This record gives sequence, C-alpha cells and structure tokens, in this order.
Amino acid sequence: MRLLGSIDRLASELARKEYSAVELVEEALDRVERLDGTLRAFITVLPETALAQAAAVDRARSRGDRLSPLAGIPMALKDNLCTRGIPTTCGSRMLDGYRPPYSATVWRRLEAAGAVLVGKTNLDEFAMGSSTENSAFFPTRNPWDPKRVPGGSSGGSAAAVAAGEVVYALGSDTGGSIRQPASFTGVVGLKPTYGRVSRYGLIAFASSLDQVGPLARTVRDSATVLHAISGHDPLDSTSAAVPVPDWAARLDGEVRGIKIGVPLEYFGTGVDPEVARLVRQAVDLLVGMGAEAAECSLPHTEYAVATYYVLAPAEASSNLARYDGVRYGWRAPGAKSLTELYTLSRQQGFGREVKRRIMLGTYALSAGYYEAYYLKSQKVRSLIRQDFDRAFERFDVLAMPTSPEVAFRHGERASDPLRMYMADALTIPVNLAGLPGISLPCGFSRGLPVGLQLVGRPFEEETLLRVAHAYEVATPEWRQAVPPGIAAGRGDDA
Amino acid sequence: MLNRHAVELGILAALALECRVAPESVFARKNYFYPDLPKGYQISQYEQPLATDGRLTFAVAGEPRTVRIRRVHLEEDAGKSLHGDDAVRAAGHAEGYSLLDFNRCGVPLIEIVTEPDLRAPEEARSFLETLKLVLEYTGVSDVKLEEGSLRCDANISLRPKGSGESGVAVEIKNLNSFRFVQRALAHEIERQAALLDAGRPVVRETRQYLEATGTTAPLRGKEEAQDYRYFPDPDLVRLVVDAAWQERLQARLPEMPAAKHARYLDELGLPEHEARVLTSSLPLSSFFEQAIAQGGEPRAVANWTVGELCRLMNAHAVSPCELKLTPAHLVELLQLLDAGTLSRPLAREVLEASLLTGNSPRAVAQARGMTQISNEAELTLLVDRVLSAHPGPVADYLGGKERALGFLVGQVMRASGGRANPQTVGRLLKEKLGREG
Repeated sequence: MRLLGSIDRLASELARKEYSAVELVEEALDRVERLDGTLRAFITVLPETALAQAAAVDRARSRGDRLSPLAGIPMALKDNLCTRGIPTTCGSRMLDGYRPPYSATVWRRLEAAGAVLVGKTNLDEFAMGSSTENSAFFPTRNPWDPKRVPGGSSGGSAAAVAAGEVVYALGSDTGGSIRQPASFTGVVGLKPTYGRVSRYGLIAFASSLDQVGPLARTVRDSATVLHAISGHDPLDSTSAAVPVPDWAARLDGEVRGIKIGVPLEYFGTGVDPEVARLVRQAVDLLVGMGAEAAECSLPHTEYAVATYYVLAPAEASSNLARYDGVRYGWRAPGAKSLTELYTLSRQQGFGREVKRRIMLGTYALSAGYYEAYYLKSQKVRSLIRQDFDRAFERFDVLAMPTSPEVAFRHGERASDPLRMYMADALTIPVNLAGLPGISLPCGFSRGLPVGLQLVGRPFEEETLLRVAHAYEVATPEWRQAVPPGIAAGRGDDA
Repeated sequence: MLNRHAVELGILAALALECRVAPESVFARKNYFYPDLPKGYQISQYEQPLATDGRLTFAVAGEPRTVRIRRVHLEEDAGKSLHGDDAVRAAGHAEGYSLLDFNRCGVPLIEIVTEPDLRAPEEARSFLETLKLVLEYTGVSDVKLEEGSLRCDANISLRPKGSGESGVAVEIKNLNSFRFVQRALAHEIERQAALLDAGRPVVRETRQYLEATGTTAPLRGKEEAQDYRYFPDPDLVRLVVDAAWQERLQARLPEMPAAKHARYLDELGLPEHEARVLTSSLPLSSFFEQAIAQGGEPRAVANWTVGELCRLMNAHAVSPCELKLTPAHLVELLQLLDAGTLSRPLAREVLEASLLTGNSPRAVAQARGMTQISNEAELTLLVDRVLSAHPGPVADYLGGKERALGFLVGQVMRASGGRANPQTVGRLLKEKLGREG
C-alpha cells in the first residue's frame, strides 16, 4: 500500500524508479474507485489529467530533469481552489459547472512542481461548516467510522488523505477548517500564518481569516508542501514578503529548551476529559524530551466564537454578493424583474448555512448595528491577538486540543448551529490572531483520533514544525494506526 | 491588488490641490447590488481617504476666489449600463433589453469633494474649469467630459440670507458639460426658491439634469435609499504613504497654471491676455515654452502663438495635439521675420503653409520664392515706376498730405508681390520725393 506512505518515501522510491508516477497515480485512482463510493471525499475525480500529469513527470525523470520531491505524488485540492478549466464548485449549487479561467497561485506552484491532481475534494458549501454536511452535493464520511463526520470544512481533503486515496491535499482554514478535520481523521493539518500563503484563486469566504494549507500524513510532508506553496504573490496584497525557509530540512527531532504554554481556557467546559487528558499527556511527553511547559491564560478566549461569527459572516456577506445570477453561477430561470433575478438565483443557489451567514453578516454591517457588532468585534479581535502576544513573550509554542471532542455522528448537530459552531471554539482564536497552527494525532478516544494543536508566533512555522515533528517521531504508534477497512501496511518513515 | 500607478496619480492630484496626504489610508467596500457591479461591491475609500484639507484658487470676473477641498479619494469605476435607448437599438437589440459594458469596470478613478464654498452657478463653472486645467497639468487624467474621464455631480442647497445653516441639499447628476452644470444649478436655485417661498420643504434627493429642457427631475426616490454597509476591504492592506514617497511625487508635480501665469507676467513680461490664453491650455503653453527654450523671444513667440497660430488652428480645425508645426518652426519663422527675409504678410502665409504641411518655414519660403526684397537697386526700380504711375498722390504728399505716402508704399508692395521690405521702400520713397521736391 504505497499511498499510505509519506511524500519523502514515495519521492525516493520514484527517484529509484521502483515504480513510475503513472503506476502510482493508477493506484490512487484505483483506491478512489474502490473507497470513494462510501467515503465520498471527491466532488470531481480527474483520471485523464492525473494520468497525463504523471506521464509528464515520468518523461521528465527519464530525461534526467531535476525534480521536486512533489513530482509525481498524487494529491487533491479542496474544491474552493480555482483550477483552470477544471470544475470548481465550492460545494455549492451556485457554482455547479463553473470552470475557472485561471488557477489559484497554490495550484500553479504545485503544478509547476509536478504535482498530480487526482481530484477536487468535498467541503461545506463555501467552506462554511465543521462537518462537510453542508456540501450541496453529499456529505463525506469519516474513514474511521462511516457513521461519523470527517470534520470540516476541508472534510473531503482530510478523508482522502486519511484513507490513502491521495498522499496529501490542500485545504483552507478560516476558523479551523484544516485543523479540525485533520484532528477528526487522524492526519496532520497545518494552517500557516495569515499572509504566508497566497489566497489568489481561493474562493473567498472571509478574506481576513482565510488561509490555504496542507493536510498530510506526516509533519515533514506538511513542511514539504508548505514550502512549495509559500511565498509572496503579487496578485494577493495580503500575502507577505517574508523569507521561505526549507522547513523540512531543519526538522531534527530536538525540543530541548523549547517553552510550551498550556492555556487553561482550552481545557475547560465543553472539552471532553479524555481529549484533555491525551493532550496533556502529549505535553508531558515533550517535557520528557527536554521541553519546558507551564500553564498560562488567554483570558479573552471565551469571546472568540462570538467575535468570529460577527466578522466572518460580515466579510462573507460582501464576498458572496457577486453570486447574483448576472455574470456567472446559477441564474434562476423565469425571473420577471431584476430583483426577482437576484432573489430567486440566490434563494436557489445557496444552501441554508450560507444564507444564515449572509444574513448574520449583512445585519452586522447595517447602519445602526455596525458599531455595536462589527466594530466591537474588531476590538475584541485585537484583545484576542494581544492575549497571544503576551503569551508568546513567555512561550515558543502553545499546546491545546484541536477540537473539544472527537468526530461526531452525521446529523447529530445539523439542526443545532450553535453547537456546531462550538466545534471550532479552540481553533477560531488562532485565525482571529492570524497565527500558524498545526493539528497532529496524539492518540485515540473510543477508537477515534484525537488531535493535538500547537500554535506558534507569526511566521515562526519553523518552531511549530520542529516541536510537532519531534512529537510525531516519538509517537510512531499514532501514525501506524490505520482506519478499519483501509488496507494496512504503511511503514515508518517520518 | 492595489495599482501603484493609480495611487501615485491620486497623490499627484491631491498635492496639486494642496491637500494633506494621509500617511495611512484605508480602502472600504461599498456594498450594493447592480448588474454593472459584478463583485456586488465597489472598492472605495470611506473613513480614511487618501487626502484631505486642500484648496483651489480660481478667478470669477477677474477676482480670486478659493474653494476648500474636503477630500480626495481613490475608488474603482463600475461598468456601464445601457437601457432601452439608442445604444441598445444600435447594438441590434430590441427595446426592453439592457446592455452591460464592463470595459471601464475596475478602472481606478479619484473623487474630489469640495466644501460648500461655491455661491453661484457661474462660480461653480469657473471652479470646474480651473480644476480641469489643474488636473490636466498634473497628467492625472485627460479630463474629457465627453469620454467620462472627468465627471461631475453638483450639490446645492439654499438658506435664508444671513443664516449660517445650510438648507437641504439636492444632488444633481448627468451633467455632461460645465455649461450644463451652470444651467442645472441656476434652474435648481429657481426651483428650490419657489418651493421655499411657497412654504414647502426641499426634499433631500438625487436629481438628474435633462438637457432638452434645461431642468432637473428626480433620479431615484427616497424609498430606495441605500445602506451601503461600508467596511474596510479585507483584501487590501492599509495604504501607507511615507514622507519620502510623497516628496518624490511632490518633485514630479509640474508648475500649476496659476504659478505659470504669474511667471509669464512677471518674468517673461507677457501681456495679461497672452499669459492667460497660453496657460489655459497645457499643449499651447508647452508649445510656447519649447519655442522659447529654442531661442525664441518670449513676447514675439507669445504674440504669434496666441494671435496668428491660434487663428490658423481654429480656421483649419487643428487641435494643439495634432499640430504638425513644431516650436522650432515658429522660432525659425521669427528669425526670418527679424532678419527682414520675410515681411509680416509673407510670414503669415509661410506659417499657414508650415502648419498644414509640417515643412519648415525656410523650406516653404524658398520653395515659393517668397524671400523679401531688400536690395535697394531692385526696389528703386519699383519705386520709380510707382511714382510715375501715380502723379496725384505724389502731388498730395508734396502738398503736405503725409497719408499719401502710405498709399505709395502699398503700391510698391503690390508691385513686388508683397516681397518688398516696407521699411526700405518707405525710406527710398521719402528720399526720392524729398530730392524731387
């Protein structure tokens, strides 16, 4: 089972020509064929383009070209990342059939590195959700238990990686949409610092919070992918002109002297005691390896969810105004006036959760409410950021659970949006502060994966990855566990 | 992604209007639905504009007036909607269709807002003419109202004489010329005054100017009053303009019309009329300045540029930009005139030929054999011939009628085909008549 291996291992096997990129992608397509009828991780599978890309890599290799470690590795993209000429739905009826005339910068970079795109993965509509149940097409299942959700909104990408349909995938994280599904499916999910990765071609949900990042099998793989997609992009003014280190090359398993903060607010009410115990156990392990840990406080944590659900919908209400039935996307037939064209197209094109957030956001920006909601939330956002600033005066990284609980059952929270929103309570503050965060497996509760979340200083992904990697190497048992029904046999190659 | 060039042009305009450029400004989204606005919001500036607190001085009936500039901000243009009018039919669609033109969508523009300092329609017009000139000088826009690269909305309110409080303001749109601005404001003053005199309120609204009748009519009703839900655009970072950038742009700012006008008067000694005509057109003043840079005597160049050259450009419907005649040509022409090679009438003829063909004055004059005759022997022959042909005027002159000399000079000029040097002819005539008398 090659596809349960890491990028590192597959890249060296491809380099030694133990098999070809075409053979590898054939295996991926075969697994999608066998597994995805149940999992439903993919909205679009691209056998022809994937085989063509793999063949091109094989030709380049036989020419003796210098290849990226990502060349020939089968991967997937969340379906809110634009791919030129390839359907990009955003999980919405509104964009069903939309073929973007341009590619997202992240995909252009990966394509240039020889990535092989197996398909576009399912998501909550416009990335709004925590379970991938809000997809307009179908829900995705968790490979560890098909009755449970894979988390969201990057649930398709997480499930595809966890099930070995692909080796890695890109997701987007606005309030936890990479880290939470990574935690629910037992993979590594990395949300980079806001501005580290270009958002150009990422269909916007909340522009001040959105960030693209990898879901992968190992920390080292995450570092490799992050390196490939990072860097300033003249097409995105919020992308930062900062150096892009070769993170993977600097992972040495060393954590001596690293100061880990453990924020108490992230272990309180609503957090499953077993989840809390496993996370604390992970911190203890790191201390055993030479790190130092101490408890700390991020006092404004409790306001994060409320703040987020003003700011993210406010931005979304504006970002989604373009779907009006005029230029592209779903246009309602039979409208008799302009107003009717707008209302019918949006009524038919958007799902319930998207409409709910557009209404919330429109309200928060309206005359008479702007100061009380939007401006007030911006102020709280500053306070939340300051909490982290203060903590990082004492600590190099913070450690906490990614999600308060393990994966929940399908339908369990669909009718209770507030409870659904709480699933992101521990990831949202990190987006509000614009910080890098990573989720990696740290054990199992009742047979379901639990995620350890580490948060770092802005643009200090290096420290974050170093600590995560050290923990990962020290706990091979979490990576060797494979979802039931998914063929075992991946080796240890972190 | 913000267009750096657009920002620089905006700053140039702000500096030309003596504004304070904000060290940091913010882009905001103005949210509304309309088919010619494909994003569903317009990127603009709201609470923290690019620049504030400027001023522009202009003249009304020769008297200087200053208008305060409240703000200058950058925004993007929307597309253009064409509804059931001639353009729709011209495009081959039936009435009832609406067409959308997205060509100007997203194109950067600046909005300049004044304080309510204008008091009369003709002031508004003079202000706009001066503003247009200043913008033309900065190179920020080609300021063509007919092409929409300069647009104007006018707000107007009335108040009782002596009252410090402004009345209800009405905004007027669809103003496609400065003349219309003046007319629309005049009409609006009448309309609002009639309402107020009748004890009826003025409604706060947007009205459009109707060219056909010279009147205004409501554009959109109050019930459609919009809440634009402005908020900072999260896709664009704050615009930071540091002192160094501002200084670089300040250095790039060309001389403004008022300063140029003063310099033409004080340093170059031009008469007021010529200084005004030259500075009121950037191409004309740059033609003038190039000519003096190439050695032309300022007063003569100005005189010829404003007089003969402008007359010819009008007569032949040639705009300054289309001019084939170069500043160097004019300088050459004036040199030929000075040297006595060309008489004034010949010089005018040569100028016209150069203007139409682009050939140099010297080449034109040579090709047409138009050089002035200053050779005395040659002229003496002509003078003798004229004297014998016109005994009457000769007698008149000798009898003391000085004016008869002019007639005789004219006859010699005519006999020479205009090529005789009139000064020499005059002298020769006097000599002959003096000797004979």
